[in-house]
Amino acid sequence: MCEYEAATAACAGRSSPAGKGQSRVTAPIETTGSAAEAQPEAVLSGTQGERIEGRSLGRIAWNRFKKDKVAVVGGVVVILLVLLAALARPIEHLFGLDPNQFHQDLIDPNTSLPKGGMGGMSASHPLGVEPKFGRDILTRILEGSWVSLVVAFGSTILSNVIGAVLGVVAGYYGGRVDTVISRLMDTFLAFPLLLFAISISATLQGGAFGLNGLPLHICVLIFVIGFFNWPYLGRIVRGQTLALREREFVDAARGMGARGPYILFRELLPNLVGPIIVYSTLLIPTNIIFEASLSFLGVGIQPPQSSWGGMLSQAVNFFEVDPQYMIVPGLAIFVTVLAFNLLGDGLRDALDPRSR
Amino acid sequence: MISYIIRRVIAAVILLLVVTAVTFCIFFLLPRLAGQTADQLAQQYIGKSPSAADVAAVKHNLGLDQPVYEQYWHFIKGIVTGADYHFGPTTLHCNAPCFGYSFKNHVAVWPELTQRLPVTASLAIGAAVIWLLSGVTIGVISALRPGSLFDRAFMGVALTGVSMPMFFTGQLALLLFTYQWPIFGRTYVPFTENPAQWANTLIPAWCSLALLYSAIYARLTRSGMLETMNEDFIRTARAKGLHERTVVGRHGLRAALTPIITVFGMDFGLLLGGAVITEKVFSLHGVGEYAVQGITDNDLPKVLGVTLLAAFFVVLFNLLVDLLYAAADPRVRLS
Repeated sequence: MCEYEAATAACAGRSSPAGKGQSRVTAPIETTGSAAEAQPEAVLSGTQGERIEGRSLGRIAWNRFKKDKVAVVGGVVVILLVLLAALARPIEHLFGLDPNQFHQDLIDPNTSLPKGGMGGMSASHPLGVEPKFGRDILTRILEGSWVSLVVAFGSTILSNVIGAVLGVVAGYYGGRVDTVISRLMDTFLAFPLLLFAISISATLQGGAFGLNGLPLHICVLIFVIGFFNWPYLGRIVRGQTLALREREFVDAARGMGARGPYILFRELLPNLVGPIIVYSTLLIPTNIIFEASLSFLGVGIQPPQSSWGGMLSQAVNFFEVDPQYMIVPGLAIFVTVLAFNLLGDGLRDALDPRSR
Repeated sequence: MISYIIRRVIAAVILLLVVTAVTFCIFFLLPRLAGQTADQLAQQYIGKSPSAADVAAVKHNLGLDQPVYEQYWHFIKGIVTGADYHFGPTTLHCNAPCFGYSFKNHVAVWPELTQRLPVTASLAIGAAVIWLLSGVTIGVISALRPGSLFDRAFMGVALTGVSMPMFFTGQLALLLFTYQWPIFGRTYVPFTENPAQWANTLIPAWCSLALLYSAIYARLTRSGMLETMNEDFIRTARAKGLHERTVVGRHGLRAALTPIITVFGMDFGLLLGGAVITEKVFSLHGVGEYAVQGITDNDLPKVLGVTLLAAFFVVLFNLLVDLLYAAADPRVRLS
């Protein structure tokens, strides 16, 4: 495997396309005789007429990522899911779908289960209808997708901002600043996260900051999930900063008169983009499950707004007689989370081969 | 050694204070900051449609009409010495440790929590045994042969495991093993009554919970082992002719297990403070289910009590792990 530092020299010779003899390689001074006469082209003859070119770290990572079939599949699924979630509302408008429309005619009034078995699957309701009210499951899954992804992305961004800033500050300044921030991270990691999240969501349920209804629930979820998850990234950024601050380019910036904030945000953070991207990609699935858990417990997204966790919480009452209502949202969460995990694992292997 | 223990205990006490302070802020300060009046907040502690007199009584009893530091003092004092609540002529006493008082049902929270703790403990201990054994074993075998069929297969399973939310795995397990093929029972039986029945009803819950955790632990163990087995001391151990089993078991695993024990202490403490989702799915009447009940009944003191209990357990198990280190690691012991 081509490692980071050695990449351009060793790896380029192996796999990159290179033309004949454009770059002139000079023989070492000590060489004498026929070795000194040797044409540089001869050295390159093993590369089958390919051209050597320098490659950036990003390019190397991309090439490595492309070879990882599983990760690529994960990435494609993630892109599709994000597109679907972004277009959920327009699609509903376009096809005249309403996630809250009741179809009582499809429900057996005696059992409150969908008529005809199979969870009420039909051409107009490909994934069936939910028991009791007969709302279309496919539309509700679609509607739930954007809520889930908005909360997951929002909270990931929030914890990234807090984690990256505090991590880089702790790592760069060290000393007392580092002690305080590190202790803070340890304390946050010792919090009963789920219970805190439940409590905050429950106490703010009635209304907060002048918000109400769906916007309130989304904001509370983003805040609750994002605010308590930052120490994981903070630790990673801090550790990387500790190593980076001893490097020459930081000395050079300091020598040219750059001050703390400039070095932090213009010199150090750009070098930390790799790990930040990797751990964000791995944090998103965790946050998707977190959001679904809170909605499952009844403190997240509130009905009638559909959410995957909320659907599963309804399904608890029906899973024996109508398992389909439980399996469809469950699979939706599973596929989404798995895709993000595969992508994240692939990105980590591509950007940081040592962590394998 | 002694000074190390004293330092850890002091740190744990401080951590406990911080966590209770944050809990207090979540329950009493944050809603006010978010724009709720004292009356609205008091209403949340009584439940739906309370009378005006009830609201006033609760507001006064919780000290919501007083400054924040007074409220916090009452809160802490209540936990340590117990508290009295006045409703007109009647006075109700909430014995120490007063983890909250449900004004809705007029019961103290603490006795109910202790009653439910055995259920949660049964769930947590059983699951922990399964996930530690399976997770660490799979992780070690995978790390010893990275890239092998075993490694790839089990890491695939582990990835699936972490991608399944508990409330989905749990319902699937219930559907398959108590309904389709009714192998296991549904209603919880205390261990003291019938141990066999106790295990029988808990196995689906244990396994669902363990699937999630063993996936995490297998991944953790694997990466830790991979790193450790490349260390110099492993090479030294091999070079001096130790049996490979000794190298892996006594040198490699020992070093790789340290971070896993840390994580385990935290996870186990958290679970004891209420496996909220698992208990809801499997209708186990444990501590976590009590919190869920508090949410659905709009009875905040229940949620408050469970949160405090969870915080307490997390701090306690952090401390235990620290002390365990002192016993296991000579570097800590001698410092």
